[in-house]
Amino acid sequence: MTTTGPATERQRSDSARSDGAVDERAAARPGSADHGVSDVPVQSDVSVQSDVPLQSDVPLQIRRVTAEDVLTVAGAAVGALCLTWVLFERVLPLSGAFGFWLCWYLAFVVLYLAAAGLQWNRRVVSDKTVAVLVSTGGIFASAVVADQLGYSFVKGLPAIAHLNFWTTTAAAVAALTPLNKGGVLHATVGSLEILALASLASVPLGITAALFLTEIGGRMERPVRMIVNAMTALPSVVAGLLIYSLAILALGLPESGFAASLAIAIIMLPTVIRASEVVLRVVPGTLREAAFALGASQWRTVWQVILPTARSGLTTAVVLAMALGIGETAPVLLADGFSNVMNADPFHGWQATLPTLIFTYVEAEGRAEFIARAFGASLALMLVVLVLFTIARVVGGGRPGELSRRQIRKLSREAANS
Amino acid sequence: MAIAVTSAAAVPDDDDTPRTIVTRVSRADALFRAILRIGGLSSFAFTGLILVFLMYRSLPAFGADGLTFFTKQSWNFVNNEFGIGGVLPLTIIIGAIASIFAIPVAIATALFISEYAPGPIRRVLIAVIDLMAAIPSIVYGLWGRYWFMPRAIGTMGWLSHNSRWFPPFRLAIQPSASAFVGSSAIAGLVVCLMVIPIITSLSREVFSQAPQGEREAAYALGSTRWGMIRAVVIPFGKGGVIGACMLGIGRALGETIAVLLIVNSIYTFNPHVLQEGSESIAALIAGDWSSASHIQLSALMASGLVLFALTLVVNSFAALVINRSRSGAATAE
Repeated sequence: MTTTGPATERQRSDSARSDGAVDERAAARPGSADHGVSDVPVQSDVSVQSDVPLQSDVPLQIRRVTAEDVLTVAGAAVGALCLTWVLFERVLPLSGAFGFWLCWYLAFVVLYLAAAGLQWNRRVVSDKTVAVLVSTGGIFASAVVADQLGYSFVKGLPAIAHLNFWTTTAAAVAALTPLNKGGVLHATVGSLEILALASLASVPLGITAALFLTEIGGRMERPVRMIVNAMTALPSVVAGLLIYSLAILALGLPESGFAASLAIAIIMLPTVIRASEVVLRVVPGTLREAAFALGASQWRTVWQVILPTARSGLTTAVVLAMALGIGETAPVLLADGFSNVMNADPFHGWQATLPTLIFTYVEAEGRAEFIARAFGASLALMLVVLVLFTIARVVGGGRPGELSRRQIRKLSREAANS
Repeated sequence: MAIAVTSAAAVPDDDDTPRTIVTRVSRADALFRAILRIGGLSSFAFTGLILVFLMYRSLPAFGADGLTFFTKQSWNFVNNEFGIGGVLPLTIIIGAIASIFAIPVAIATALFISEYAPGPIRRVLIAVIDLMAAIPSIVYGLWGRYWFMPRAIGTMGWLSHNSRWFPPFRLAIQPSASAFVGSSAIAGLVVCLMVIPIITSLSREVFSQAPQGEREAAYALGSTRWGMIRAVVIPFGKGGVIGACMLGIGRALGETIAVLLIVNSIYTFNPHVLQEGSESIAALIAGDWSSASHIQLSALMASGLVLFALTLVVNSFAALVINRSRSGAATAE
């Protein structure tokens, strides 16, 4: 750290504290310690304690974590853990991991407040407490995701450890079948086929609607955007009801994977529209104008300039919507049935999907084998979601027109060759 | 696009009227624009279709039960007596429990991601939240039923034992381990986890758009980081965050399969949130579907219509709030 380092630190703390707060360094210099009103110009403080000339460009370091901060958090966390353990295991008639961690968190907050109150004044305490509280939100979310993945893995491991789980169907599975027979291949095939059909329907329609919002707009733009936003939270079961009453009862379509895919397409549609619209909106207007200036018609501009420019972002939008669509259970329950055998034809007969397989196995409340299969299937489902998710992350990311590192390398190679 | 300029020749020279610019759209473009328009308006068509068909299919149920469909607490398929008088309030209770816990956690997480987390942690957390939103609801249901429920029962028991002064926490039956299985509270807490990522990612976007100049102004006036957030970020993001919460509530009301896997289904109202027995409209539809006959099917359609109307109102209100607010206007552009 340079000589200005400590000064910067003190600026921050001084501007943050009022009169009561005095750290050791400031206490050693009475001259600088007794002004404490937070709006005193901090620069004067620098000039008092050191004779260096005023430096106007010393950066104010807002995001800085000191050893005291870390130790206070750690101390409160460990203290709360011990206290909660004593309460839970020795004093109170309490049990359960949920209650344990709830109590731990409450104790942690109380201890942290106490420890912080001993060191700092009120403004700093509230600042630091909020920082700690807010960061536990992020930790909590990560913990939930990790726990779901981990628990599904532990419970599903007996099932997925057998190769037949991935390569066979459940045709031969009866109530007492051990885990080394039968699998979820038929459900995986069903899930992927239904997802493909749903994407075929929803992606072109969704991108068309997004293009309407960005390229045409006009009077209808606002109501369309509002209804799309409202449709984002359309209960999936309602989409299933629509397809059942419209396609199956009114149009006479059989209950099949195709009918389920229509319902899933309706659920995916608003996600595709919203995500694509965001991407299409940031295509630079200059590209559009350049195309028009060259005499291109509007559809040529869209087809040859706007869509290629936004390609990576659109892919991300589509893939994220697919990740949403593959996990849908309710519409498949309504518009499709369940099957234990392979049915690769989505237009005739019932098709099983991974979510409906999980649901059926759990509802049957069967033996441990079925629960293990359900968890194995949920792992398979999450695997598909993770793969789609990774594709979205790898393909997308950059803004439209911005080149990834790989694309830049490729272009420079081509330039060098020509 | 073909642009034909017709200078207004007939107008005398001294008149300073601007020339009129007429854009003549070629036939291909006209077709293209028509296709885009149809695509854009299709979302109206879907919403309209849902309303029309659900109304049409629910007529038999309303014919059999009339307006008592909204008040009757029964689901009797022998006498065709159907009513969502019990299930509708239970749906709202589950949604309320989910929102009470989800909203503070989600806003805290959004603030952490947009204001506190350093670069790499921020990127990881954004991915984690997106992943949390992408995890299928059946996985939440499975996890809630086999991991969360056994671990939460002890706390629920303790809560009901020590909080008798709070009427919803009381029990109507003898306390035992099975008295707390499949309650509204457990369903609500699991749905809460599914709502958190929705509210978080929308709020994060709004928070991160708080103007840099105003942030720096707050710091320049000697504010701490929390002071800056309170004075700049939260007022700026208020509208967008309220809208995000409404969308989250809409999602919580319509949650199907996770609730179905967790609750012990009942058709009568159960005001004791910690006690076993709960139901939501969406779970009712999915759970009773396979066994439904003619009138019951119609009754399920009618409950679907009620659910749709409920979420449509909540979501449209959310969209309105977002559009009206300063931050929402910024995100919509």
